[in-house]
Amino acid sequence: MSAIATQLSPAAALPKWLAPLLLIAFAYVVIPLIGNSYLFEAILLPFLALSLAGVGLNILTGYAGQVSLGSAAFMAAGAFAAYNFSLRIEGLPLVASIILSGLVAAAIGIVFGLPSLRLKGFYLAVSTLAAQFFVQWALTKFSWFSNDSASGVIDAPKLSIAGFEFDGAVGRYLFALTVVVVLTFLAHRLVTSQTGRNFIAIRDNDTAARIIGIPVLKTKLLAFAISSFIIGVAGVIWAFAYLRTVEPAGFDLDRSFQILFIIIIGGLASIRGAFLGASLIVVFPLVLSRLGGFLLGDLFDSGVLDMSQRIVLGALIILFLILEPDGLVALWDRVRRRLSLAWQSS
Amino acid sequence: MPISNHAFGAIEASVYAPEVFAQGLPAAQRQAHGDRPRQPAAEDAAPLLALEGIGLSFGGVVALADVDLSVRPGEIRAIIGPNGAGKSSLINVISGVYRADRGHVRLYGARYAQVPTQRLARLGVARTFQNLALFKGLSVLDNVTSGLAYRTRSNFAGQILGIGRTRREQQEQRGRADQVLEFLHLTDVRDRLAGTLPYGLQKRAELARALVAEPRLLLLDEPMAGMTAGEKSEMAAYVRAARDRFATTVVLIEHDVGVVMGLSDRIAVLDYGRKIADGTPEEVRNDQRVIDAYLGVASGNEEGADI
Ligand SMILES: Nc1ncnc2c1ncn2[C@@H]1O[C@H](COP(=O)(O)OP(=O)(O)OP(=O)(O)O)[C@@H](O)[C@H]1O
Ligand SMILES: [Mg+2]
Repeated sequence: MSAIATQLSPAAALPKWLAPLLLIAFAYVVIPLIGNSYLFEAILLPFLALSLAGVGLNILTGYAGQVSLGSAAFMAAGAFAAYNFSLRIEGLPLVASIILSGLVAAAIGIVFGLPSLRLKGFYLAVSTLAAQFFVQWALTKFSWFSNDSASGVIDAPKLSIAGFEFDGAVGRYLFALTVVVVLTFLAHRLVTSQTGRNFIAIRDNDTAARIIGIPVLKTKLLAFAISSFIIGVAGVIWAFAYLRTVEPAGFDLDRSFQILFIIIIGGLASIRGAFLGASLIVVFPLVLSRLGGFLLGDLFDSGVLDMSQRIVLGALIILFLILEPDGLVALWDRVRRRLSLAWQSS
Repeated sequence: MPISNHAFGAIEASVYAPEVFAQGLPAAQRQAHGDRPRQPAAEDAAPLLALEGIGLSFGGVVALADVDLSVRPGEIRAIIGPNGAGKSSLINVISGVYRADRGHVRLYGARYAQVPTQRLARLGVARTFQNLALFKGLSVLDNVTSGLAYRTRSNFAGQILGIGRTRREQQEQRGRADQVLEFLHLTDVRDRLAGTLPYGLQKRAELARALVAEPRLLLLDEPMAGMTAGEKSEMAAYVRAARDRFATTVVLIEHDVGVVMGLSDRIAVLDYGRKIADGTPEEVRNDQRVIDAYLGVASGNEEGADI
């Protein structure tokens, strides 16, 4: 014990909340000053939305152990619900419409979580595909959801809270950042609470969990509800702040897989992991296209880019599953420990 | 170690399910035992647990056939038998993990065709598993605290926002868990992830998780399996201390006959799903069928292993 304690002492001397707090301060103060619109539009906004979706899926899959391939469906549900709430209820404040759309996504999550009461692992994952296909089908089929617009693509409403407009790239970034910070904080509180421990308990041994009196069925559905709520709000950010359009096409199975990859690469059952994984998923294609263009010139067209992206990403996931099943988080912690050791011995 | 009963304060009756409460809390059973010598509970005491005509089969395999078993308040009741005799199946029937094909389970007088697993903890029954069943991703402390999950009254929203009874409840549960950890000398590994502990400590942590609820009936499925002789006698001492401190009735499955003989008040012997003997260690030791079926094999090397 004491050996471990001394090993970590430089890090342990700092309170745990300091690093996240500094990071948040940096994100609010420094980034808006130095960032250009490319950084906000192409990197930070999708990063924030996907991170939040990753946090949501991690609660369900990483903590509660229920694999889901329906994340994009819950994002779509959130986005379309928020659109319809603000369209159809005159003067509904944005915050209320976001919360309501999260609740809609949560309700759908509970319905599609019902199979989890009987199914596990692979079979459950396949059954969550039903959510994916059903939601996308319903949104395309019933034009009421997109207010009968001919193309099915609709402009997202402006973001304004209490008369303050979150205009432009920076405004939308700050809006998304705020939502993500608040929900991530609550998610952190959740996973360290008794309920979060119950999630882990049913993941690790559901028979033992039942025996000690954890309400297994209720807890599973709660995990689906909370996870879908967060993913639904991530969908609102994706549509309202990042794309500024609401359309079913962006919320397809590929997106569901992308979010699953985020938490696998980042680290299951870790809030930080969702952010690390999302940053890799967002930045990696950009780096690849720059690099490819630089090395291969015109040969590296969008088709080649797309293909090489898939190949490299696939290889990366396999590598992670084999070499670092605990994801970037574990890698990160190991590096940090090495550094602090090196720091001590010097 | 000084063992004081009711160290955690009296149990509130409300933590038990209504039918338990209706039976009345067995005051005699909850009395302090102090450092009483090993003595079977009074012969005439009504059984806390009774199995009547239990039959269970899996496909063609008969795991249990017409098994009767009665467990008196406060005793340590061992179940022994060769591999595949049906010992674990019996515990699984008692805890409702399996539903018996025939017969029923009587718990504090209430009769069940299948014991309601979901309400087991509230009925005052806790158990451990033959194969480790800790929550690997939780710390030892959190594992033990989760043994009190059935009492949690706060909901997730209250827990996230830290309002209402959450904080007090959490502190109280942590406090109880810490006391049990201390009792079982696990305080040093309190914050370790359960999955990273050596095997013997994991077994002990699982006992802690079961004990924290102060169960009236504790079912232990091979708590000493795979341990060294030293660890076994340590564990045996913990089981006895737990019985004395919490006035718990213990049903114990164990292969090591030496340990069982020294620890238990009464022993039932299973063989191929049938109960072939039942009595005090002395009686069982001298039973010819037991010697043939079981002890004959082990007596040479294991009976000497005292505790
Ligand atoms: N879930 C199950 N499915 C099928 N067969 C089972 C199941 N559980 C137990 N059995 C069978 O029932 C019989 C009794 O098994 P049980 O686990 O109760 O024995 P045991 O006395 O605990 O043995 P051991 O000392 O090896 O733990 C065995 O033949 C076993 O194969
Ligand atoms: Mg067994």
